[in-house]
Amino acid sequence: MTPPSDDRLLLDVRGLTVRFPTPDGVVQAVSDVSFHLSRGETLGVVGESGSGKSVSNLAIMGLLNRNRTAIAGEVLFRGRDLLTLPPDDLRKIRGKEIAMVFQDPFACLHPMYRVGQQIAEAVTAHEHVKKDRAWARAEELLDHVGIPNAKSRARDYPHQFSGGMRQRAMIAMALVHNPAILICDEPTTALDVTVQAQILELIEEVKREFDIGVILVTHDLGVVAETANSVMVMYAGRIMEYGAAGGIFTQPQHPYTWGLLDSMPSVDRRLEALVPIEGAPPSLLNPPSGCPFHPRCPYRFEPCATERPPLDVPAPEAHLDACWLSWDDKVRLGVERAKKVAA
Amino acid sequence: MIFYIARRLVWTIVVVLCVIGITYVVFFKLPAGNPALRFAGKSPTQQELAQIEHRLGLDRPWYIQFGKFAYHFFAGDQYGWPGLGYTYASGSSVKSLIFQRAPRTLELIAGAAVLWLFTGVAIGVISAVRRRTVADRVAMGFALFGISTPVFWLGLMMLYIFWRRLGWAGGAGYVSPATSFTQFFSHMILPWITLAMLYAAFYARMTRNNLLETLGEDYIRTARAKGLTERRVILKHGLRASLTPIVTMFGMDIALLVGGAVITESVFNIQGLGYLAINSALTQDLPIVAGVVLLAAVAVALMNLIVDILYAFLDPRVRYA
Repeated sequence: MTPPSDDRLLLDVRGLTVRFPTPDGVVQAVSDVSFHLSRGETLGVVGESGSGKSVSNLAIMGLLNRNRTAIAGEVLFRGRDLLTLPPDDLRKIRGKEIAMVFQDPFACLHPMYRVGQQIAEAVTAHEHVKKDRAWARAEELLDHVGIPNAKSRARDYPHQFSGGMRQRAMIAMALVHNPAILICDEPTTALDVTVQAQILELIEEVKREFDIGVILVTHDLGVVAETANSVMVMYAGRIMEYGAAGGIFTQPQHPYTWGLLDSMPSVDRRLEALVPIEGAPPSLLNPPSGCPFHPRCPYRFEPCATERPPLDVPAPEAHLDACWLSWDDKVRLGVERAKKVAA
Repeated sequence: MIFYIARRLVWTIVVVLCVIGITYVVFFKLPAGNPALRFAGKSPTQQELAQIEHRLGLDRPWYIQFGKFAYHFFAGDQYGWPGLGYTYASGSSVKSLIFQRAPRTLELIAGAAVLWLFTGVAIGVISAVRRRTVADRVAMGFALFGISTPVFWLGLMMLYIFWRRLGWAGGAGYVSPATSFTQFFSHMILPWITLAMLYAAFYARMTRNNLLETLGEDYIRTARAKGLTERRVILKHGLRASLTPIVTMFGMDIALLVGGAVITESVFNIQGLGYLAINSALTQDLPIVAGVVLLAAVAVALMNLIVDILYAFLDPRVRYA
């Protein structure tokens, strides 16, 4: 997908590559990942654990230890490459223009400071205001994200909050400076199912209200189906398929995406109808040659093990994927798959 | 919160009572021989012995004796509060002896504690932040030196170098700050450093390890994601969470030293509580030893109480436990 050139474009990531040198070898966490994000867009990033989806976002935020990681590529935000920005300039963007909500709200709030204080601190990190002004802003934001009795709850400590409330507090913290981009790294994974929907709804509301771009990282395709405009499927640190959400869900093109969809439980599907993806995700210390998915792919043929398929658009009506199957095969197999699921 | 403090207070009193009981048994029931003999001087008559036994209350049943012992501790005796009895050797009050020596030990501990707390924590923070750099290696080398150096050797080396050779500090002996503050400081600086060295080394290691562990926590990533400066992330978010175990250790270390920093006191000839206890033990003047032990034990119990209360202030989760 070529990025739109209009002024709604927020983030343009090109060839992002992240390597962790370890005593056992180099972990190839993220390889050649390119995507973009516009205002009002929710980009769903999907993949199994260890597919590089969280690491990509930490790299964008500059939250990886620069001494112990090798990062290549470009992350263009408002014309500036975040990867080459001096640490202090990046710090000024972090939390102000790009904010992040993490997976585990139980561990992400400091246990020894009041919730209001932690949000107020996010205010003073980028703005010289009096403490009581910052505190008032914290109360206002807690109220905004739906914490009842926000004024008194702001004085609570995180352990007095429920999981859903903590995640709301994290979102409030992220919204302090009306950021342009909100990165949500598995925001609902640690929460009860009933609370999950509320948090997703809150993120959607926030997106519409402030006209921001949202990156929603998850391993739950159901979450993506509900909220995303575009979807990027990642596997072993690489993009497998990337396109508009409608296309990904109505006509998925990559065998890995098929696998993800077929293993996803839903109300109208019986447990026996779920088809797990055989095998386990590969080690990123020593990823498979060729297509990283080929050892687990039921449709592999001779080029898959030796040559890496490029990320390409296989037909005019299709979206990006990285697979050697011909377009006709993809259509045929996709139709068969759809029939099997319907049966 | 009030309930929490009250509960800790009750426990402290129970502990002090147990300590008094054990001290009484160990020092006045277990030792063989009649204590009256020690007061009586050489070859006393039967009559003199009976008189002394009566004066010491040794002719009463043990529970009355213990009751008096405990009562005197809490309510004081004719020498004032706390009543600790009299010495065998001179018959003077143990309390006055201890009160005369205690300031020296307390001054030694206080100076050393300030020194080791600040240097130890500072070195630990630098070491953690500059992990695997030269600064870290030097700091941890210092820590290893501090932990493995015998205190008597270090004290003697300090004296030799800074007093004998360089003349920068006063030598052994104690000068009261009331007499001359500069002399007091000059004589105390070497003992302070000597005593602080071992503890500073421990605190540096502990701070480093705690901080490294804390810096791996998710809420530190949140603090960075907010756009806080690295200094603030480490000093406010990191150190705050690493501080609780250090507070515990600090309280305990101070309390244990009240019993006497025996070696430091001996090397620098500061005749404090540890010195008093050792000398009295050698002359078998048990009431003095018992007095010092009791004082030290009560100090431990009290510091425990203080640490527990501090904990509740440092970690809000404790308040509701």
